[in-house]
Amino acid sequence: MHPNLSFDQAPPIGVPLRFLLTAPWFGVAAGLLLAWSGEVAVLSRWTPQALALTHLLVAGFLLQAMTGALFQFVPVAAGGNVWRPRLAAAIIHPMYIAATALLVAGFLAANGSLLRLAAGLFLPTVLLHVALVGSALLRTPARGATIAALRVAVAGLAVTVVLGASLAEGIAGSHAWPLVQVTNVHAAWGLGGWALMLVLGVSYFVVPMFQLTPQYPAAFARWAPIVLVGVLLAWSTQLLDAGADWLPLVWLAGLGVAAVFAGVTLWLQARRRRRIADPTFHFFRGAMICLLAAFASAAAMVLVPALGDEPAAAWWLGALVIAGTFVSLINGMMYKIVPFLCWLHLQRQAGIGGTVPNMREIAPERAQRLQLRLHFASVTLLLLATFYAEVLVAAGAAFAASCAWLGWNLIDAVRRYQGFRNRAGAGAAGREP
Amino acid sequence: MSTTQALPEHHKNCDLLFARAEESAMAARWPECEEAFGRFRAEIGAHFETEEQVLFPAFEAATGSRLGPTQMMRLEHAQMNTLLGQIGQAVAARDADGFAGAAETLLILMQQHNMKEENILYPMCDQALAGQTLAIGDEIARRAAAPCPT
Repeated sequence: MHPNLSFDQAPPIGVPLRFLLTAPWFGVAAGLLLAWSGEVAVLSRWTPQALALTHLLVAGFLLQAMTGALFQFVPVAAGGNVWRPRLAAAIIHPMYIAATALLVAGFLAANGSLLRLAAGLFLPTVLLHVALVGSALLRTPARGATIAALRVAVAGLAVTVVLGASLAEGIAGSHAWPLVQVTNVHAAWGLGGWALMLVLGVSYFVVPMFQLTPQYPAAFARWAPIVLVGVLLAWSTQLLDAGADWLPLVWLAGLGVAAVFAGVTLWLQARRRRRIADPTFHFFRGAMICLLAAFASAAAMVLVPALGDEPAAAWWLGALVIAGTFVSLINGMMYKIVPFLCWLHLQRQAGIGGTVPNMREIAPERAQRLQLRLHFASVTLLLLATFYAEVLVAAGAAFAASCAWLGWNLIDAVRRYQGFRNRAGAGAAGREP
Repeated sequence: MSTTQALPEHHKNCDLLFARAEESAMAARWPECEEAFGRFRAEIGAHFETEEQVLFPAFEAATGSRLGPTQMMRLEHAQMNTLLGQIGQAVAARDADGFAGAAETLLILMQQHNMKEENILYPMCDQALAGQTLAIGDEIARRAAAPCPT
């Protein structure tokens, strides 16, 4: 029994916002880097530019956004705040920024010491982050598929960073570690064990919530994370035996789990009771279509190995999964989370019965709709760049512009929130005797 | 039958009425919207009352605490009532933008509130009130099933 469970709605607003407002600017940096480096970023996944670009998106954009969202989401899903959220965020947020910047600089400068330094910042920060969020998720009396998936996701983040740190050590120290295999396993845990797992857990919650769809089928919700962990463990055996010829099938199975998730989500959305289609709905649907396309492409690459051997194959898949799926999902989620948080905190301040601007008055939908179009145009350009290197500069510029617009829309919402808060505060002060 | 069994189903009924009201407002079918919103407001009001007058006091008596999750649930009910008032004004004024903004805000607040109740609070209530199932469970089921004035 937990009669004293706080059930609080939210940590202080600055806790999630500092992460959510930072994330898009890493996307801007990634777009600009792509426009500046051109073809080198696409030719192979191993060029310094490709590695820097990937980590600006995953360790910059994705990690910042997902960390901020979790600080907000865990209290709702688990019924209690993360321990001392303000202090935790004040440590984790700047540490992640610094670590990502060092990591990217280390790749671009091909400097092992910088990579080692980045790993030295990432490791303790992630362990702190995982311990805090993990303990909130373990202590909760709440049960269900969302909590289970979130628990696995934070463990997946820890595995990703431990493997990443060992890679940095392997490169900097010139150890004879199987770098290709460790990289494969590191990337799979990061994208599958952390990012996709988190998306599963959060989607079980928010897809029915935003569009009033039916719930995810219970068997799917329960088994998808378990199967995904099984796939990741099988994939991790390449650290011991790199030559197993069934590894491509394991890889395909991982994307298969993602594709089933995408298919189920689209099916649920088609049965939604709330017929209104807002920008977040379109971001979600676009993301799921990209995920299905990634699976279809991977299947083609397994069936026709020559396709998978093309140097640009990794670019095509990366653009579909990272920009097309994860960035789209986060972009859509941010348009719900940030205005809702602003409203929630204004409402609390105003007290019951007080009138505060609603979500659309805080974040007008028109700007979101236009940015949605630019985002998917930029994803299309990124995919075209697989075949036509001449569109790379345009793709990078469009992606940077779309992320900047997202960043601006979020800042604009927070400015409206602050403006109203200050006016209300001044009004309250003026009424005092 | 568990004490709270009737409540999650009633959440879904309220969702359906909400979706109908929102859809008709966006299509500017105001008489239809007025009808659906009226029913939604009555149903959700009955739901809040059932929880605040029957379930929460029983849970608080069983656990000896008024400062736990029920306090936050009461606060969220009050926040939802504020938004319901704003939506009511938008319906009366035939203001589609005002309706859309307040309705979107209400939807998220209402859904995360329902999730917290269904995933955490109701199981806690069922556990705390296991010995008293009949009286309270029946009262909740009766109220949730009662027809509402439109």
